[in-house]
Amino acid sequence: MTELKINGQLTQLEVSEDMPLLWALRDVAKLTGSKYGCGKGICGACTVHIDGQPMRSCITPMSYAKGKSVTTIEGLSEQGDHPVQQAWQNLNVAQCGYCQSGQIMSAVALLENNPNPSDEDINGAMAGNICRCGTYPRIRAAIKQAAKLKQADEGAQS
Amino acid sequence: MIKKLNRRQFLKSTGLASGTLVLGVQFSPLMAKHHGEIQFSPDVFVSMDGTGQVTIISHRSEMGQGIRSTLPLLVADELEADWNRVTVKQALGDAKYGSQNTDGSRSVRKNFQKLKEAGAIMRTMLQQAAAQVWSVPVDQVRIEHHQAHHKDEALDFKELVKIASKLKVPERDTLKLKTAAEQKYVGKPDMALLDGADIVTGKAVFGYDVQLDDMKTAVIARPPVVFGTVKSVDDSETLKVPGVVKVVQLPALTPPALFKMLGGVAVIAENTWAAIEGRKKLNIEWNHGSNSSYSTNDHEAVFIKALENPKEVVRSRGDVEQAKANATKTIEADYHVAGLAHATMEPPAATARITGDRVEVWACTQTPQASQRNVMGTLEIPQENAANVEINVTLLGGGFGRKSKPDFVAEAAYLAHQTKMPIKVLWTREDEIKHGYYHSPSYQQLKGTLDENNRVTSWYHAMVNHPISSTFDPTAKLAGSTDLGQGDMMFDVPNIKIALGETDTFMRIGWVRSVTNINNVFAASSFVDEMAHAAGKDSKDFLLELIGDDRIEDFSKDGFEYSNYGEPAEQYPAETSRLKNVIQLAAKEANWGEKLPEGTGMGIAAWRSFLSYIAVVIKVSTNGNQVKIEDVHMAVDAGQLLNPDRVKSQMEGSLIFGASLAFYGEITAKDGIIEQGNFDDYQMTRINQIPDVHVHLVNSTAIPTGVGEPGLPPVAPALCNAIFAANGQRHRRLPLKDLRLV
Ligand code: FES
Ligand code: FES
Repeated sequence: MTELKINGQLTQLEVSEDMPLLWALRDVAKLTGSKYGCGKGICGACTVHIDGQPMRSCITPMSYAKGKSVTTIEGLSEQGDHPVQQAWQNLNVAQCGYCQSGQIMSAVALLENNPNPSDEDINGAMAGNICRCGTYPRIRAAIKQAAKLKQADEGAQS
Repeated sequence: MIKKLNRRQFLKSTGLASGTLVLGVQFSPLMAKHHGEIQFSPDVFVSMDGTGQVTIISHRSEMGQGIRSTLPLLVADELEADWNRVTVKQALGDAKYGSQNTDGSRSVRKNFQKLKEAGAIMRTMLQQAAAQVWSVPVDQVRIEHHQAHHKDEALDFKELVKIASKLKVPERDTLKLKTAAEQKYVGKPDMALLDGADIVTGKAVFGYDVQLDDMKTAVIARPPVVFGTVKSVDDSETLKVPGVVKVVQLPALTPPALFKMLGGVAVIAENTWAAIEGRKKLNIEWNHGSNSSYSTNDHEAVFIKALENPKEVVRSRGDVEQAKANATKTIEADYHVAGLAHATMEPPAATARITGDRVEVWACTQTPQASQRNVMGTLEIPQENAANVEINVTLLGGGFGRKSKPDFVAEAAYLAHQTKMPIKVLWTREDEIKHGYYHSPSYQQLKGTLDENNRVTSWYHAMVNHPISSTFDPTAKLAGSTDLGQGDMMFDVPNIKIALGETDTFMRIGWVRSVTNINNVFAASSFVDEMAHAAGKDSKDFLLELIGDDRIEDFSKDGFEYSNYGEPAEQYPAETSRLKNVIQLAAKEANWGEKLPEGTGMGIAAWRSFLSYIAVVIKVSTNGNQVKIEDVHMAVDAGQLLNPDRVKSQMEGSLIFGASLAFYGEITAKDGIIEQGNFDDYQMTRINQIPDVHVHLVNSTAIPTGVGEPGLPPVAPALCNAIFAANGQRHRRLPLKDLRLV
């Protein structure tokens, strides 16, 4: 029995400790928003946040995730209205959508560290996420829009 | 102004739950909720319940091209429906919808008329119902935004459903359809994606995501060489892996490959990880069979020999030999494009459950009807029981032609039958790359001649590849398909010869996005640029001159039986004016001809494929072996555009798909075994390598055509032409292994 926090909830999963977090999330916790693309840490489709840091869940064993706090796309916001999620919808970023959970989790992490990223910052932070459909130009535009939405939100709150 | 549909709010307002993890409502017609008793369904594509809520059927598969966000607009628009009172439901595989085969970039052109009619039928009947209520002539009733109007009276659709449902369905030829100017949703630039909210919240259900009670997961060790077999298998270590339930051997594949299972050994487990770990521990001895004689490298010599001795001339005009004898200049070049895999972001996945006679399948398939037939063939279910096989189509994490080949669906059905358990078969990335239906490697020879005025006097294009037909008929040897990017060239040249060579095939060959247009258009459009250079002319001007006068190309004059993508030439003529127009548009927008710094260059290519006309201009800068794509302009004439935003996104995607194949796309076999396996050795371009893509849409009134594939063919040649313009280096082999995209 491995205990960890998933999307704010303390959760116990009956899995072996060498099982990658991705499969524990998808097959055991039944959270299928995080996707499998390569299983080797090279496509980013499985990106989740562990203690706030973006990680490739396909190569992160449960032994590492144990006791930590994991956020998946399902837990990113209660209403699906995180600024990044909003910008993604405003600009119709998705094509097939399969890579987008991972793209969004990487983008959210980028904006946490860098509220106003340049094209180069975005390219650097997002280069680990493959989109086979080719949504890269819109991802760049959406991250910039999300940065603005986020600043407006924060401005409104302060 | 059209308000963007916010699916979340809309679902809330209609009381429907948002997509759920377990077979979301939008994918299971059986679970669709109806409000009120009445079901008014005068056409298979549209129905209305007692609350006036409209349900529109999406019968084509969504794989990123935006078809679920596009075709329903046609129905809603004709119906004058309030888009916020529309639910889109994904169809089961069922012949009543006509073909559901979602490939060939034909969903729009094959369906736009009948979907408009579906909406118009319902609208007309509601109008007649209102006329009855008010006792006025039908033509005095105006239908607008989910309401009927007469003078200052108005009735909501919900108040007319009951009466309308009792009326006679009007004949299709009596319907009055909207003009483009009257349309409210169709053609609008800012329609939101139907599945946008589900995608950004992780709720969208793909083939990989299907969950059923008591379902087990299977991964399969397939024969490394096609038509190889299992000599022996020791599964004792596998069965020790916690979570592994069972090991099942699959029947061996015999030619022809069709969409049959590849064979091998399946590991059935409680979860994916256990299945993957269990598979690693299988000890299998394989009989590789005769295809192990094949290695891509060694076969190059065979291809080149076949190219020198083509077996069939498919298009011929004048006399190219005579033209050569009279020519001032002769230009010759050979081109090679490597084999390619689809690499859909979501590998194939299918789930099957068998209860008594009933087979239920959930799959990310481009073709539910072929999936149904394939399941029936695998389980030997007779045709009269077709209704017992239900194919649910999930969202597809990319398709590109891979998921129109339902071998993976057959595997799920077979294993569910053998184990008597609901089974989800998942392909790993390695499975997807190593067991594909590949785009064949190809070799091409181009020859052209110029006269003393540097005008082109002859065009020769020979091609050899492993034909797709070999997957269906192992004796097929003649290269295919000349219709896609070779025989269909629209150049005004007095002497033409288009020829095909023959060779054997040693793997499964299939269609990958835009099919043989990939290699044919690469060779032809590169060669045009080579001739422009030899002629000392500007590449764009030369291309326009080569296309020549405004005319409709009549291929039959050259004895060429051109299939025109299965459409009549009268309805979809090959018009040189449209091709020239996109070239001029892309060139103008790209500022073609501007003075560029040293090491920087622009390239152009254009082709009509899938009945759409696309031109691409790419600007690159080079530094040693480094190439940077600086700017991209694409011009599209695809007839009337139903969803311009999705047209643009398909062009953006095509550019990126094209850049990936140009720089990295290479599938090779050694001793019959595919050497690549994941995104480390079968790479994709990344965000940092791709600039913004400018897409310019031609405002056309022609019949709408597709956009999923035609953006791709001109990309690689435009890129290589740009590299040539930048540094004088001509690249005739893809991928560009000695260059680095930065
Ligand atoms: S699936 Fe984890 S990085 Fe690709
Ligand atoms: S949207 Fe399809 S892979 Fe990114």
